[in-house]
Amino acid sequence: MTDFTLWDIVRNLLLAGRWTVVLSLIAFAGGAFVGLMLTLLRMGGLWPIRWLVRLYVDLFQGTPLLMQLFLAYFGAAVLGFDISAWTAASVALTLFTSAFLCDIWRGCVEAVPSGQWQAARVLGLNYLQSMRHVILPQALRLAVPPTVGFSVQVIKGTALASVIGFVELTKAGTMLNNAAFAPFTIFALVALGYFILCYPLSRYARYLERKLYGAGSR
Amino acid sequence: MALVVVNDLHKSFGDLEVLKGIDLEIEAGEVVSIIGRSGSGKSTFLRCLNQLEHHDWGTIHLADQRLDGGAMSPGELSQNVGMVFQSFNLFPHKTVIENVMLAPVVVKQTPRAEARQVAEQMLDKVGMLEKIDAYPGQLSGGQQQRVAIARALAMQPKVLLCDEVTSALDPELVGEVLHVLESLAAEGMTLILVTHEMKFARDVSHRVVFMHHGHIHEAGDPQTLFTQPKTSELSQFIASIL
Repeated sequence: MTDFTLWDIVRNLLLAGRWTVVLSLIAFAGGAFVGLMLTLLRMGGLWPIRWLVRLYVDLFQGTPLLMQLFLAYFGAAVLGFDISAWTAASVALTLFTSAFLCDIWRGCVEAVPSGQWQAARVLGLNYLQSMRHVILPQALRLAVPPTVGFSVQVIKGTALASVIGFVELTKAGTMLNNAAFAPFTIFALVALGYFILCYPLSRYARYLERKLYGAGSR
Repeated sequence: MALVVVNDLHKSFGDLEVLKGIDLEIEAGEVVSIIGRSGSGKSTFLRCLNQLEHHDWGTIHLADQRLDGGAMSPGELSQNVGMVFQSFNLFPHKTVIENVMLAPVVVKQTPRAEARQVAEQMLDKVGMLEKIDAYPGQLSGGQQQRVAIARALAMQPKVLLCDEVTSALDPELVGEVLHVLESLAAEGMTLILVTHEMKFARDVSHRVVFMHHGHIHEAGDPQTLFTQPKTSELSQFIASIL
């Protein structure tokens, strides 16, 4: 059929897999930072700000990631910015991730009993002090399992960056298939690549959840 | 001049008027128990005293200083009025000593060593010195509530508000908390308690205030109030709880 050996395919997929990992890390780190800022604004800001954050979250949750990637890549070009697939994918995935994390974390902050706010307030702590010393440490504990769980979505989401020409695992699979034409083998290997990245995270999230809600943890 | 002076306090939640003009003066060192049926406004009144609720009308003065209407920042308020809650509300992620030290360090900016000293002193006062490194989840309700009292005292407030502090406790644990309050009263701490513990109200407080439908319906020294209620509402209330 071809002069591609299985090792050639695997080697190329592994090389491209690096970029899936890097893009996931960028999206996750960027998304976490933006998401934290949004969470704080949504919980404590003035109502127009809270409303804007909610709109932002709804917008990114209510549209396909694929459209967000198209808009970031082609939209920027229309507006006269010449941005690379790298930049477009990083920006789009960061915004996408931040919207979901903001929503997850808001839920975690709201899950801290109101008595904790009152106790902090009665002791004289202001909003930021209450957040920092009382609410966030407790919310953080609650937030770890769903956050780790969501990171799996981010990794799988990077696959869509292939459509704007970003060469990561999926795109590399497509390109290899064009040359070697062994779709079943290649895409099975691509899927396996994602599974190897995601499965430990899913397991870890489940483990954290059990630990958090296990007996005697409060 | 009284330590706490409350003047014509009104508070509504929507259409429901919960406080309909409360006037009350409390002397330094006085222990005042507020009793009444649920919904009579007693907890709301207590929460107005440290501005956890903002009243609609009237004034509150503490040691001749205006306390309400934003006259004091939360930081200043906490050094004047302490509060202990029915549900303790200890910070579950902090140890006992950290719970007590947090506000002095963060709000008053007391150096840690000094804050620790004060915290130990307060924990000693409530008999919780041995449990300094325990987490709240490892303590009984009574122990948690005693830590909560120490935490409030660490800000060295002039008045301590107690909102049904024994209501969430198992009966056998009520005594240890009341005992702490009793010793605070003996030391001259000004206490304002919303309570269902009539025996405690009678034995320890200097004055009992009976609230009914958002008014102070009757007030006086506990002996007279409990044995010779002047109004039918109070005698009915006393009959219903005994």
